[in-house]
Amino acid sequence: MSQTFIGGVHPDYMKAPQIPVTVITPPAQVVIPMAQHIGAPCQPLVKKGDHVKMGQKIGENPAPVSAPVHASVSGTVVAVEPRPHPLGDMIMSVVIENDYKDEPEFMEPLTEAERRDPDAILRRIREAGVVGMGGAMFPTAFKIRGGIGKVDKLVINGAECEPYLNGDHLTMLNFPEQLLKGIELVRIASGVEKAYYGIEENKQDAIDLLNSLDPAKYGIEIVPEKVKYPQGAEKMQVYAVTGRSVKPGGLPSGVGANVVSTRTCYAIYQACYEGKPVIERIVSVGGSALAAPVNALTRVGTPFSYLAEQCGGFVKTPRKIVLGGPMMGICATSFDAPNIKGTAGVLFFTEDEDKHEEEPHCIRCGKCIQVCPMRLEPVFMYMYYSKGDFENMEKYHVNDCFECGSCAFNCPARMPLTHAFKTAKLMFQAKAAKEKAAAEAAAAKEAKK
Amino acid sequence: MNEKKERIILDVAYQPQVRTEVNTQRIMLDVLIALLPAVCVAVYQFGFHALLVMATSVASAVFFEWGYRKFTKKTASIDDLSAVVTGLLLALTMPANCPAWIPVVGTFFAIVVVKQLYGGIGKNFLNPALAGRAFLLASYSTALSGSYLVPRGLKNAVDAVTMATPLSVLYGEGSMPAIYTIKSMFLGNMPGALGEISTLALLIGGVYLLCRKVITWHIPASFLGTVFLLSLIFGGGGHLGKGEYAIYTLLSGGLMLSATFMATDYATSPVTLKGQLLYGFGCGVLTVLIRKFGAYPEGATYAILIMNLCSWAIDKAFHRHQFGVTKEDIEAQKAAKKAAKEAAK
Repeated sequence: MSQTFIGGVHPDYMKAPQIPVTVITPPAQVVIPMAQHIGAPCQPLVKKGDHVKMGQKIGENPAPVSAPVHASVSGTVVAVEPRPHPLGDMIMSVVIENDYKDEPEFMEPLTEAERRDPDAILRRIREAGVVGMGGAMFPTAFKIRGGIGKVDKLVINGAECEPYLNGDHLTMLNFPEQLLKGIELVRIASGVEKAYYGIEENKQDAIDLLNSLDPAKYGIEIVPEKVKYPQGAEKMQVYAVTGRSVKPGGLPSGVGANVVSTRTCYAIYQACYEGKPVIERIVSVGGSALAAPVNALTRVGTPFSYLAEQCGGFVKTPRKIVLGGPMMGICATSFDAPNIKGTAGVLFFTEDEDKHEEEPHCIRCGKCIQVCPMRLEPVFMYMYYSKGDFENMEKYHVNDCFECGSCAFNCPARMPLTHAFKTAKLMFQAKAAKEKAAAEAAAAKEAKK
Repeated sequence: MNEKKERIILDVAYQPQVRTEVNTQRIMLDVLIALLPAVCVAVYQFGFHALLVMATSVASAVFFEWGYRKFTKKTASIDDLSAVVTGLLLALTMPANCPAWIPVVGTFFAIVVVKQLYGGIGKNFLNPALAGRAFLLASYSTALSGSYLVPRGLKNAVDAVTMATPLSVLYGEGSMPAIYTIKSMFLGNMPGALGEISTLALLIGGVYLLCRKVITWHIPASFLGTVFLLSLIFGGGGHLGKGEYAIYTLLSGGLMLSATFMATDYATSPVTLKGQLLYGFGCGVLTVLIRKFGAYPEGATYAILIMNLCSWAIDKAFHRHQFGVTKEDIEAQKAAKKAAKEAAK
């Protein structure tokens, strides 16, 4: 029987895994932001005029929660300056003029002995700049290290429950053996006996293919899952595969589980077996502004405008650039911003996808409650939000919302539910930070006396 | 090329970037579609009269909705179709021979007083159609429930223009006339309010609403189930056996229309599924009590209105624990509370 969770929605999936991967010719200039992960941003290691090779490390930060960045093409550094970042704002970036030679400078592949040594694997994962490539972009080495000793169930996320995205599915189909080897490395690094690979049943061909390669040999069990959004959310994935419920406000490691995404495992395979750092990924490009969707193998640092051109150009004027899937994806603010390690999809949406309501009225249908995977009550959370009643919002657990968007997706009245909860959470965070600062200031004053 | 693109102003919004096709208007349209069988039965049984009452009611409901929003300078709201639904539902609770001004007064009360004065769709705490009906019943009871036209299906069997409804027989004196068989009542061959006579037509509508996921089974099932069980236990009397009595209870009066279309009204029923079960149960108990002990045999209207007032409290009572809170956690919380209470003593 296939596994799942309670709640969830069935968006229009719009998937196109049958479209073969198109290799996108790298642009004349790549823009590589120094922050492509959660944590301390990197310091540039190169300066204007330097010649860099493909795969060369160009940014680093020794802080534990960080991941280095690498040049995705060979060529000359023409600028080291703040540039538009896909997640908004201007971020320090290294701009490389492509010489189209793709001179590689990869690391040495790990030896067989090293591939059995958790510490060697983790060091390599860090060096290769591997981050959570499902979109969270949390430094993977830090995540795995934090789970050692605590984690007894390793969960690999192959749900790919977001509409439009095909990268994980295509990786399973095109590189099944490499993928299994990558998962094995994560399993060894995590110090667990077995990894559970949760895959949604709309990828039955991939499930069959992986099963035919004897995954048990690598210590992997494939777990088929029902097709439902947000099956790929960390907590839902852990619940579906292990039956354990992550505590409110807690991390999966709190119940002895760690979740690593498919594409991350493949990046780890490349880092350890080929010595290749994270410089490219499959980006699912789609949306009604384009004539047809494209599964594009794209170098990190490719600007969205160039990517759109390579994918056939616009047939309609885009109104939004959505990064990742349409359910949790956020909007880019500039065509000049480049794709980064965590960009699983770039969707050019027109007004066709827009179902915005100028003055929405909640009709109290309760459809939001039925779909919330966290079992929250969005209808009341929103009511308290519009009254500015933060005490009651907290009482209704707004901080447990992980912004999957199911409630707002399912809302017939088109209430901006997820928007409200995200805003409220940011306000709670700001309040907590303010209180912490005040407490610290008071403590410092006390110490002075 | 690049410069041209930069001039496009990009929208930025928090997630989700896509939404379901089903909007408020579509839901209201589904309710109207679900009411279509009952409307057809009404027109078949009562002819032009039925059409006149329904048309007047819908037109006046839409007019009041439009007029109020216009007068108070609020955004127009008639295209969400909710006023059409209210107007039609109110008409379906009226006899075919009621004067044409009755639905106008009723929809004024329903749309302006009950719905719009509280802020419009979703903000009202009473079901507008039912509140309109209750208001009319209290104010003009003779025009509403004085006499019911004989439906076309019974014209050959009954030599009269108007006659008593099975409901008034069931809870009044005398025995059930032989023409009111279970089959004839199920099909709608009985006098009564326009939309309340045919259980079959209402069931078809109800199944449609369930299939379209407009409503869940919780309210109708617990409402009808409670009425059936209580009638089975406490009912019966005279010539009717307990089982027969319970079935007649389900088929007569506005129960079926109320349980499927009125009690499931979004704005006035609980939003939690457990709460909906309790709400349906409450509606059922009150319906039986009012029918059996009240001065007026139609219980469902007032039962639902009373439960409407309890919806908010029911929702509060069924506030859920979020994902990840286990039974042990809840027990630990309770124990901690208890300990704190004792310590305070």
